[in-house]
Amino acid sequence: MSPAPLATSPEPLRRSWAQLGISILAGAREIWAHKFRSLLTMLGIILGVSSLVAMSALIAGMEKGAKEALVAIGGLEKVRIEPQGIPVEQRHLSDEATGITINDVKALQHSAPLVTLLSPEMRLFATLTANGRKFRPWNCVGVWPASLKMNEHIVEHGRMFNELDDEMARSVCVIGTETRDELWGSPETVGREIDPIGETLFINGVPFTVIGMFQHYESEQDRKARLLAQSQGGQPQAGGVVRNKRRRRNFVFYLKNATVYLPLNTVWMKFRSGASQIAISYGGASRTITGTTGDPRLSGLDVKLASVDQLPEALQQVRNVLMCTHKGIEDFTFRTQEDWADQINTFVHNARLSGGLIAGISLLVGGIGIMNIMLASISERVREIGIRKSVGAATSDIFTQILVESVVIAILGGLAGLATSFALVYAISSFSPTDNAPIIRATALAVAFGFSVLVGILAGIFPAIKAARLNPIQALRYE
Amino acid sequence: MPLVELRNVSKIYLLGEEEIRALDDVTLDIGEGEFISIIGPSGSGKSTLMHILGCLDSPTKGTIKLDGVMIEKASARQLAAIRNRKIGFVFQFFNLLPKLNVVQNVELPMIYSGISGKERRRRAMAALEAVDLANRAKHRPSQLSGGQQQRAAIARALVNSPRIIFADEPTGNLDSHTGDAILSLFRKLSQEGRTIVLVTHDPEIAAVTPRRIEIRDGKIATKVDLTLAGLDRRPAPAETAAAAPP
Repeated sequence: MSPAPLATSPEPLRRSWAQLGISILAGAREIWAHKFRSLLTMLGIILGVSSLVAMSALIAGMEKGAKEALVAIGGLEKVRIEPQGIPVEQRHLSDEATGITINDVKALQHSAPLVTLLSPEMRLFATLTANGRKFRPWNCVGVWPASLKMNEHIVEHGRMFNELDDEMARSVCVIGTETRDELWGSPETVGREIDPIGETLFINGVPFTVIGMFQHYESEQDRKARLLAQSQGGQPQAGGVVRNKRRRRNFVFYLKNATVYLPLNTVWMKFRSGASQIAISYGGASRTITGTTGDPRLSGLDVKLASVDQLPEALQQVRNVLMCTHKGIEDFTFRTQEDWADQINTFVHNARLSGGLIAGISLLVGGIGIMNIMLASISERVREIGIRKSVGAATSDIFTQILVESVVIAILGGLAGLATSFALVYAISSFSPTDNAPIIRATALAVAFGFSVLVGILAGIFPAIKAARLNPIQALRYE
Repeated sequence: MPLVELRNVSKIYLLGEEEIRALDDVTLDIGEGEFISIIGPSGSGKSTLMHILGCLDSPTKGTIKLDGVMIEKASARQLAAIRNRKIGFVFQFFNLLPKLNVVQNVELPMIYSGISGKERRRRAMAALEAVDLANRAKHRPSQLSGGQQQRAAIARALVNSPRIIFADEPTGNLDSHTGDAILSLFRKLSQEGRTIVLVTHDPEIAAVTPRRIEIRDGKIATKVDLTLAGLDRRPAPAETAAAAPP
């Protein structure tokens, strides 16, 4: 036998990772000894963590869907200039009001360097007839070829009309897939992709040749669903492109598909009155078709800015030019996508806040549950604590033991919650009416797990202090 | 130098207005390798004395020196370390942890002294060998008889090679036959050179130790009652308040 060396001051106990490992093991053993009780305790944390993850996944999905739609309509750099009623103080000048005209486009091309792309539009209220069917598209407009780039269109079949077609005012058009679907049938109903290039289309009774068709636009989720259906195969429409049959498609993408583009000059030549009526109805004040200058009047003008950072400067530049060409009459207005982007951000922020609050409360309740069970557990184990102290456990050892137990419960609950969250997200996405598939992000998982650990620590501190402060003599006598 | 030096130690509890002197001006030395019993009726203060000697409690007045360390100046952490390294406890109700098996119970003190797992297991088994309980190492305390449980508790008290072992009524919960076996185990340990303090109310048990201290009303009785259990067979030197160890 070797008695402990004589010492004037007892050396501080060595804390090692091994000791922490023992504590964790002891905690796990304690939890295993009370399986049902521990499971009930963990349930609070499981619910908290899974609802936090599910909430953030839903919001992330919505955010992504909204941003996709924002890009589909041209992104933040796109600003639309539209006619507007003349302000009250300028009403007496209404005869002088020009409206937005090709002249404005030329002036902006020369004098607004912050504008990189201009795309004038002349809208037509059109009824299309072809193949014995009728369709009123959302968007039947005369445009320049530049509109392709402005509105993020991609011609998949045939070609876009070019400057020459525009100059010669040829009777050609480029259509979107929704227009094709309505007039010639969609791949789902026909069983094959119809390519209507070369077909004749009557717009308000005037014959046009279809020379191109845009790509089918859809949200990423719809695309994935379609590809999945395709890969599963064995469908009756074998060989055809199978598209999502649910009519839950994103509205923005539907509108973009229901488009007919004509050369601007063609619209001006063939539908002058029809087109300008629109302009007048927008302008509201001027009754002349061409405005005071004899210029073709536009229903709108899209401009693309060099960068979003210079939005206010660019808008001021455009305003300066237009005020000049409009002789100071403010019969136009700007519509930016900024408002929409702001709305998206506000929505996401609010949803995060309220979702986080709910999940946070649920985590808090879980933490209270842990604290409750730890308090019950230490009052069951007063004697054990006394024994441990009598064999040399320091206050900090007992504190660590109880805290570790609490954190182990929280960690197990957190991990189970992460697993549950996947199931929860799957369940929500299978019956919720949202267009956007929830996205589980790694950061959301990490944050939720981190919170569960934090809750475990906070819930364990008070019981651990209580246990550590027990008087060993009284604890040993405790029955 | 004695292993334990108690100088004018008092422990006073306050019960409302009333002052209760559980220990009253006790001075006591315990030498290295002594086998000593503290006897006294219940309520005499012997348990309080043991708690103070065992660093579980601190005195209201007076000084204690254990193995050269002034106890009343030690922090809680230092006291825990002293209990861990220098003191072993054996209790009347064994006080084994029911959820751990015997060898894990014996390992418990070493966990708090930061000894590695393999070394712990080796030393715990050696201690169980010493109390002849190695064959029950994997049993739960509830699967053992009272005597076996007490031997496991003694193994736990021995495992960190403490300077002094305190046994509080170690046979109080055992039948007389098993109790005798435990007492002879203590005697054997004493012969091996360990310092052992036996706390009991039973003079018959106290009779096994060469030195006896009687506590009455919180004080060391100046005269040992020789009629108790026929101690006159081998009279101990009378204890005085300032008695030096034999």
